[in-house]
Amino acid sequence: MSRPIKMSLGDEAPYAILWEDIMTNTFKAVLLGGAAALALGTAAQAQDTTACLITKTDTNPFFVKMREGASAAAEAAGITLQTYAGTIDGDVESQVAAVETCIAAGASGILITPSDSRALAPVIGQAREAGILVIALDTPFEPADTADATFATDNFRAGELIGEWAAATLGEEAANARIALLDLNASEVSVDYLRDNGFLQGFGIDIMDPTDIGDETDPRIVGNDVTNGNEEGGRTAMENLLQVDPSVNVVYTINEPAAAGAYEALRAFGLEDQALIVSVDGGCPGVQNVAEGVIGATSMQFPLLMASLGIDAIVQYAADGTLPENSPGLDFFNTGVQLVTDHPVEGIESISSEEALDLCWG
Amino acid sequence: MSAVTPVVEGRGLVKRYGHVTAIDHADFELLPGEILAVIGDNGAGKSSIVKSICGAVTPDEGELLIEGKPVHFNSPIEARDMGIEIVYQNLALSPALSIAENMFAGREIRKPGFVGNWFRMLDKKEMERFAREKLSELGLMTVQSINQAVETLSGGQRQGVAVARAAAFATKFIIMDEPTAALGVKESRRVLELIKDVRARGIPIILISHNMPHVFEVADRIHIHRLGKRLCIVDPKQVTMSDAVALMTGAMQPDAVAA
Amino acid sequence: MAEQPTASGQEYEKSLGQSDARVAEFEKRRHTPLQRVQHILHSNPTMVPVIVLMMACVAFSIIAGERFYRPFNLGLIMQQVSIIGILAAAQSLVIITAGIDLSVGALMVFASVVMGMLGVNLGLPSGIAILLGVGLGVTGGMLNGFFVTKLRLPPFIVTLGTWSVFLSVLRLLTGSQSIRSQDIDATAPLLKFFGHHIDIGTPPAGARITFGVLLMFAVFGVLWYVLNKTAWGRHVYAVGDDIEAAELSGIRTKRVLLSVYMLAGGVAAIAAWASIGRVGAISPNGFAEANLQSITAVVIGGISLFGGRGSILGPLFGALIVGTVESGLRLAGLDVQWQIFSIGWLIIIAVAIDQWIRKVSA
Repeated sequence: MSRPIKMSLGDEAPYAILWEDIMTNTFKAVLLGGAAALALGTAAQAQDTTACLITKTDTNPFFVKMREGASAAAEAAGITLQTYAGTIDGDVESQVAAVETCIAAGASGILITPSDSRALAPVIGQAREAGILVIALDTPFEPADTADATFATDNFRAGELIGEWAAATLGEEAANARIALLDLNASEVSVDYLRDNGFLQGFGIDIMDPTDIGDETDPRIVGNDVTNGNEEGGRTAMENLLQVDPSVNVVYTINEPAAAGAYEALRAFGLEDQALIVSVDGGCPGVQNVAEGVIGATSMQFPLLMASLGIDAIVQYAADGTLPENSPGLDFFNTGVQLVTDHPVEGIESISSEEALDLCWG
Repeated sequence: MSAVTPVVEGRGLVKRYGHVTAIDHADFELLPGEILAVIGDNGAGKSSIVKSICGAVTPDEGELLIEGKPVHFNSPIEARDMGIEIVYQNLALSPALSIAENMFAGREIRKPGFVGNWFRMLDKKEMERFAREKLSELGLMTVQSINQAVETLSGGQRQGVAVARAAAFATKFIIMDEPTAALGVKESRRVLELIKDVRARGIPIILISHNMPHVFEVADRIHIHRLGKRLCIVDPKQVTMSDAVALMTGAMQPDAVAA
Repeated sequence: MAEQPTASGQEYEKSLGQSDARVAEFEKRRHTPLQRVQHILHSNPTMVPVIVLMMACVAFSIIAGERFYRPFNLGLIMQQVSIIGILAAAQSLVIITAGIDLSVGALMVFASVVMGMLGVNLGLPSGIAILLGVGLGVTGGMLNGFFVTKLRLPPFIVTLGTWSVFLSVLRLLTGSQSIRSQDIDATAPLLKFFGHHIDIGTPPAGARITFGVLLMFAVFGVLWYVLNKTAWGRHVYAVGDDIEAAELSGIRTKRVLLSVYMLAGGVAAIAAWASIGRVGAISPNGFAEANLQSITAVVIGGISLFGGRGSILGPLFGALIVGTVESGLRLAGLDVQWQIFSIGWLIIIAVAIDQWIRKVSA
């Protein structure tokens, strides 16, 4: 195991020696750490169970929270958790490599938020053939039965809630609304079209193809633009749509950072009081923005719950082979969605931003 | 021993690279106002000895004297600061920069007063004037514009710019490394004239060349380098080219020639 | 031509001496019109981007009409390109030395996050937070420069490495959380200094120029001066043109290179400050493609990737071309993909023109 490590940088001999020292010390530390873990000798049965968590990125606080939930649940159950992430959203390559690593490691279950709903199907097939329980978290596969189960926010419902809320808030004016839609990116992944179409359906607009963004013909829609789910993209996209039509008064946003960016653009145009911004997520900065009136309403989702339920399912499966079941009427297990607003409307259940601050993630 | 103080003198210079001795207790001497050609077979170490007197190589042993005073160069820049200029075989010109910019690379003139001191503004007019003057002195000012990029010049014109740059700033001596190697007959001709022009202006020159006719045409003395050291110095008026080649290659011994 | 009397009297030389000795003259040759164009472009490297920019403006004024060419939209385009523009200025410095800086975008985000964490989260005076952020930028640039000059590693590899390092450190620091616009307003409004604006005319019609846009022009102006009017600037070109020739002609090339990377890092940090004003919030996830966008602007601006050639003003026009094309296509109602498509072709055409111009000879 303790093979010498030679790292040579050409003829820069002093650096080579330095590197060797560093590497050797690191190795010693790892070896000592490993020995300590063995000495503790936790329950043999639980030690054998390994679960993998593969997220789209580790940059999004949503996935950070998800990892926290999984780590806590794994620790409580006494199983080993390995976590992986792609470098950017859409980084299929890293996720494929991560699944392969998990297969090789003999994991009992894989929790994955697929960066691409279709491209990962072959490697997921391999994992399942190897007897591994695969659960999609947050983002469903297409078709959903690519995985053994899906634990997700009902993203369509999340969109629908804010759509209904926006329509109810506008009241009769909803018939003359000017709607800007700030989506995720040009790939039109499922989260993106589910939230977008859910919002439109909730608002009372014919969504045409429920898996397509921007095919609607309703004249109330000013346009769609992409934000990459961050403030910078949200601001630019909002500016662009205000250039198309400065009378925008309803702004749907894919997530709360995009909503914050959109608000900045509206404020720069002096139009922040003209438009209602709605969003999806439930991150703490987003909930704070609801409290401060930046965002009118947001649909909160529960990443921590998704991950901890996923770990529980893997533990169960490892113990007796039980497969998790879907929520009634859905092709996935719904981990719930909650409308957050400080301007509740009749007929739509919601919680206040104050209550939501206790539940928010990130 | 000559009565005059040599411009540059090397005594017992040694440079080793591992087991290879590139300079083996070599002597060197350049006299005021002369063109000294350095010839030697490939691998004889003539470029090592020349590098050691311009700071590109620091000798392990031996003494280097400039105008009789011992010096120690750590880099060509130090040698340059003392007024030693080198015309490299590849000319060391930046193709995209203008003639004037190339002449002043690394020693630009700033405007006097506030803009020069505080905004570090270059005095382009002065540099252009100076460059034009120096090129004119050497009969090179037929180039159209001093702001022309060097890459738009012919090989001979570029050589002219490099020589003019060296001549403009050299106060001690100039080293020229194979100045005619890449040129055609006519252009070589012109460059040889240029070398003589520079000598006429009182600047001694060390000329490294493989081209015997060129060496014999311009050199006042010829330093023959062999096996890492100076074999002998010959007078081109008293030896033939074939003798010089024979000495260089070891086919003839120095005592066979009347030096 | 002054003929020196020849000392030696060899016969063959006499005949040569009398032959045409005008070898060192500039010959006046007849040029085809195309060659003449090539020559003009060679001596005026910014002409291509300026012409392309003007053509794009005319084309989109026809296609997209009044919505495109009204002052407000033109002002908006400048706002939208201001950050990438400043980054492109930093990138240009490195590219002129025949290097490339893939880390410049990450360094900008890193610096903006550090300014935010110090100014907002830790409550340091904004001025100090900004200074420390700029210091970080310079230090980051110095790190790149150190590896490039002292260890002689290729800039592509070094900055690819530091790009990852900067991104990971900033994510670890922030937990990927954004700093909200409202929190910046409350604690460190100076961070948003470059978000202030002056209106020329009344907003819906007139142009709005943010301080960030003015900063972009100022950065290009200062760098133009430094590169063209100081010895250091000429050395930067000489180093990029032929580093060996520069070294041999007495330029301290390592010092020049190191200073270029440090300045690029400093300019990136100034872009970071401006980005806070532009976006409103500070997000570790924003500007993910800023590296490539800055290189795009540089290339379209006519700076040669092979170093030593091109005017620093080119990338300013390059950035404006990108902004104009994106805005024009959007207002013409085309899908986002067509923007990406067009920019792709612009890059290829720009490099092809650069290659053609470089072939110019006497």
